[in-house]
Amino acid sequence: MSEELICITCPLGCHLTIERRPDNTLGVSGNRCARGVRYACEELLSPKRMVTATVRICRPFQAEAAACGETGLGSVARLPVRTSQAYPKEGVAGLLADIYRLEVTVPVKRGTVLLADYKGSGIDIIAARSLQV
Amino acid sequence: MHGGSDIFDVCIVGAGVSGANIARRLSAYDLKVVLVDKEADVSFGVSKANSGIVHGGFHHNKKYLKARLELQGAMMFERLRQELDFPFKRCGIVVAAMHEDEMRAIEQLYMQGVDNGVIGIEMCSRDRIMELEPKLNPDTVGGLWVPGGGIVEPYRFVFSLVENAISNGVVLQTTFAVSAGLRDGDAWRVEAADGRSLQARYVVNAAGLYADQVSAIFGAEQFAIQPRKGEYYLLDRLTKARPDRVVFPVPTSVSKGMLVIPTVEGTVLIGPTAESATDKRDLATTRAQLDKILSSARAMIPAISEYDVITSFAGLRPILDEDFYIAMSAKVPNLVQVAGIQSPGLTASPAIGEYVKDLLKKAGLKLSEKPEYDPFVVKRPHVKELSPYEVDELVAQDPAWANMVCRCEKVSEAEIVAAVRAGHTTLDGVKYFTRAQMGRCQGGFCTYKIIKIIMRETGLSWDQVSKNGDRSRILKDTL
Amino acid sequence: MKEMYFDAVVIGGGAAGMAAAQELDQAGFSCAIIEREEQLGGILTQCIHNGFGLIEFKEELTGPEFAERVEERLQGTTIRIFTATTVMEMETTADPKLLYCYSAQWGILRLSCRLVVLAMGCRERNRGNIRIPGDRPAGVYTAGLAQRLVNIEGYVPGKDIVIIGSGDIGLIMARRMSWVGCKVHAVVEILPYPSGLTRNIVQCLNDFDIPLYLSHLTTNIIGRDRVEGVEITPIENGALMHEKAFTIPCDTVLLSVGLVPENELSKVAGVELNPMTNGPQVDSMLMTNVPGVFACGNVLHVHDLVDYVVEESRRAGASAAQWLKGRRPQHEARLKVGANVRYVAPGRVDLQADNKIYLRSLIVKNDALLEVKVNSRVVKSQKKSHIQPSEMIELHLSPKDLEAAIGAPDPLVEIAIN
Repeated sequence: MSEELICITCPLGCHLTIERRPDNTLGVSGNRCARGVRYACEELLSPKRMVTATVRICRPFQAEAAACGETGLGSVARLPVRTSQAYPKEGVAGLLADIYRLEVTVPVKRGTVLLADYKGSGIDIIAARSLQV
Repeated sequence: MHGGSDIFDVCIVGAGVSGANIARRLSAYDLKVVLVDKEADVSFGVSKANSGIVHGGFHHNKKYLKARLELQGAMMFERLRQELDFPFKRCGIVVAAMHEDEMRAIEQLYMQGVDNGVIGIEMCSRDRIMELEPKLNPDTVGGLWVPGGGIVEPYRFVFSLVENAISNGVVLQTTFAVSAGLRDGDAWRVEAADGRSLQARYVVNAAGLYADQVSAIFGAEQFAIQPRKGEYYLLDRLTKARPDRVVFPVPTSVSKGMLVIPTVEGTVLIGPTAESATDKRDLATTRAQLDKILSSARAMIPAISEYDVITSFAGLRPILDEDFYIAMSAKVPNLVQVAGIQSPGLTASPAIGEYVKDLLKKAGLKLSEKPEYDPFVVKRPHVKELSPYEVDELVAQDPAWANMVCRCEKVSEAEIVAAVRAGHTTLDGVKYFTRAQMGRCQGGFCTYKIIKIIMRETGLSWDQVSKNGDRSRILKDTL
Repeated sequence: MKEMYFDAVVIGGGAAGMAAAQELDQAGFSCAIIEREEQLGGILTQCIHNGFGLIEFKEELTGPEFAERVEERLQGTTIRIFTATTVMEMETTADPKLLYCYSAQWGILRLSCRLVVLAMGCRERNRGNIRIPGDRPAGVYTAGLAQRLVNIEGYVPGKDIVIIGSGDIGLIMARRMSWVGCKVHAVVEILPYPSGLTRNIVQCLNDFDIPLYLSHLTTNIIGRDRVEGVEITPIENGALMHEKAFTIPCDTVLLSVGLVPENELSKVAGVELNPMTNGPQVDSMLMTNVPGVFACGNVLHVHDLVDYVVEESRRAGASAAQWLKGRRPQHEARLKVGANVRYVAPGRVDLQADNKIYLRSLIVKNDALLEVKVNSRVVKSQKKSHIQPSEMIELHLSPKDLEAAIGAPDPLVEIAIN
C-alpha cells in the first residue's frame, strides 16, 4: 500500500509517493532531491510540529492600575510562547492543554523557560516575548 | 410638572425618525412623555438604513399628505441643524436624463415642482447640468436642478433628537418590545415582552415596519405593512467618483430610482434597489441586486468603480399605501397612528412631529409651553473636523481627545467614550454615533479597542458586548 | 502644541519603520518613529506562529520574537520613539516638511523634518471589498482581527468557523482556532489553487482534516443576529453552479482575502500610487514622486516574508540618508512590466548602482525563465525552478547588466517571465 505526501521543504511542493517495505524502511518516489526522502521519512515515522500558543498573564498590580483608570487600549492579556524545538505530533494536544494551564507573572523576558524538559522530551516551553508590568 | 403621578401623558412606540421628532416636539410642553423601542438603541430600524436625503418636493403631487409634509419638513432642517448639531447640507439635487425621451418626464417633474412651490427649481440643458455636476456621464442630455435638496445623516439626526428630548424630560426605554396594550381606566397600560409595563393617557404608534402589529396589539385598525427592500453600496471617501450633488435618475412609477449620494460625511452611497420583501427582518443583500446598483449608478456617473466599495447593506421601507397614514384611531381612544412612513419620511419627519402634536391637541391633550425647554443640544466636537490647534485645547482637558482609535474615520477615544456614556453601548450604536468602524477598514483595526472601551465604561463583561443587541454577541469564549 | 525638529521622521514602527530608522540613525541623522499602537512591532506582535527570520536572523522565530529582535537593534541609538501617536496631517511640499501627530501622552506634536519615510504597512481586505452578499450579523471578522482577539486579548470570537480565502493568514488562523478548541469546518477559495504556502496547507489544514474548497465562491452569509451559516457555490469553467450550492453551518466567518497597502495618508500628501501594487511609485532610491518622501515595506507592496520587508526598508533608510547628504541618481531607467509579471518594485533602476528588485509573477510555473531586456534586447536571463504568484521573486541588476541602457534616450528595462 502506498501513501502520498506533499513535500514542504521548499516551495516546489513535490508530490511524494511512499511505499512501506516489509523491512520497515520506506521507498520514496516523486521527489526531485534528497530532502524529499528525509521529509517523507520523518513525516511518516516520527512527525513533529513546532507548537506556538499563549499563556495567561498574572499582573500583580493590575487591579490598582484599573482603579486608576489606566487600562490602556493596547494592554496585553496573553503571553506568546513556543516550543524550543518541534514536538512529536501525537503529543501536541496534551502539550497545548498543559500550556493553557500555565500562568506567568510579569515582568517576563523573552526566552525565559516556562516549562523545562517537557515530559522528558528535552523540549522546553519558552516565552516568545518580553513583557513589562 | 406632574408631581406624584406615575401615568405618562404620552407613550410613543418606536424611536425612529418619526417617533424621535414627535418626542422632541412634545418635550417643549409640560408633559410626561415616554419613548419606547424594542431595539437596544434608537434608530436601529428603518431610520438607520436609507438614502439620507432631504428631498426636493417635486416627486409627489401635493394632493398627498406625504407631499405636503415633505415640503414643510424640508424647510425645517436649517433650524434643526442649528439646534441639534447633526450633519446636514443642502447640496442640491440633479435629476439626469440620459435620453431625449426622458426630458418629457423631466418636464412633468418640473411642472409638479413649480406647482408645489419648490424654490429655485429649473430645467437644465446638457451644458447647464454638466456644469452643475461635472461627474455626470457626458451622454447626459439634460435634466432638472433643485437647489433646495440636501443630504443628512439619518441616525445622527435621530440620536440628536432623542438626546434633546431626553434633556427636556422625555424618558427613553430601549429593549422595550410592546407585547400588550390594554385600557386601564382612562389610560392605556403598555406592557413589554420582558415584563416591564407603564401607563399613558395617549399612545402614538410610530413603530415603522411593525406599526401593523402594534395597532393590532392595541385593538386598533387592521392593516398590513409590506416591507420593501432597498440595497446600497457605500464607497470610500477617496473615490474619484464623488459628485457634488445628489444625482437622481428619471423616476419610474414605483420608485425614485437608484441614486448617487455624496454623504455629508464624505463617503458616497449608491442605491437603493426596490424589491418587495416578505420578512421584516430580512436585511440580506443579494449579488444580483448589488450588480444592478453598480451598473445603474455607472450609467449616470461612469467613474464609479467596484474597487471603491467598502460595504453594502440593505434597509426596509414600511409600505402601507400610496400615502402616509397619520390619524387618530377611529377604533380605540387616544391612539395616534403614524404608519406607512416610507420615502419621503425622513424629509417629512419634522413636519410629522408638528402634525402629530396638533392631532393630540385636537384630541384633548393639554399643551402648555415649558419655560425651561431648551431646544439646543450641547455641541460635540469631532476631531476629524478640528484643526490641530483646536484639538490641542481639548487635550488640555482630556488627553483621550488625542488618542486616535479609528484611523479611517479619525475618531478619538474621547468621542467613543462620549458615545458609550450617552447610552450607545453596542458596537453598531458606537458606529452610528461616532463613525468608528464605518470607514474603509470596517472595524478591522479598531473593533478590539472599542470592545475594551465599552467594557471599561459600562462594566459589561466580555460576553455581554454585542453588535446591536443581546442576540448578536461578539465573543464566544475566553482563553 | 509641542514642536520638534528631526532630520527624518519614519511613519510606522513595525519591522519596516524600525529598520529604516536604524539606517538613518547610523548615518548620523536625527530620526523619530511615529507608531500609532502602544508598542513597536506592528502586526508581528499578534503573529505568534513561527516561520519568521530564516533569512534575517538565520533561525526560525515567531512574530513577537522577530519584532523584539529588530527592536533591540534600536537600543543605543538616539532614535526618538513616539508610540500611541498618530500622524493626522502632513505637509510634504513645504520645506521643512510638517507633520501633525496626535497622542494622549504627548498631546499635539508638530514635527518638522527634511525627510519622511512611509512605513505604515497594509490592511486587510474586508467583506465589502469582495462584496459577499447576505445578512449582516455579528460573527464576520477579518482573520487579523480574530488573530488580535485570540492571541493578545485572549478572547475566542467563535466556536464553529468557516474561513474565506486561503491566504497564509487564513491558514494560520485555521490552525490557531483549532488549537484553542474551535472547530474549523472549511476553508473556501475562489481560485483553483490555494493562495497560501504548501507548508501551511499541510500543517494548518491537513493536520486537522479541514476541508479546502477550491474554485468555490461564498455566495451568501446567513444569520439575522449572529452568523448561522455560509452558502458556498462551486465554480466550473468560470461559471457559478447555483444548483450545486450548499450551506455550511457555523457561527463565525473569518475573512482572509488579501492585503492592501495603507496609503490614505500618502494620497493626501500627493504621493502617486501604482495601481498594480496600491503602493507608491518609487524610483531607484525608493523615493516617491514627492521629493524627500520615501516608502518601504508593506506600504510599498505587500511582501510575503517579513525578512524581505526588513531588507528593503534598510535599503530605503540607507538611500534616504544618502539623499539627505545630497545624492541624487544621475542615470535612471524606467522598469517595465513584461509578459507574466504582475508588478515590479521599485519602478526605476539606477544604471550606475547595484539594484535589487522585487517582483511577482502572474503564473504558476516550474522551470521558468526570468528575462531582463534593455530597449527590447535581452541582457540577463535567470532560470527559476518554480514560480507562483504568492511568492515574491528577487532580482539583482548590476551596472554591468544595464550598461546597454547608458546613453540611450529614456531607456527602458523590461522584465518578463517565460
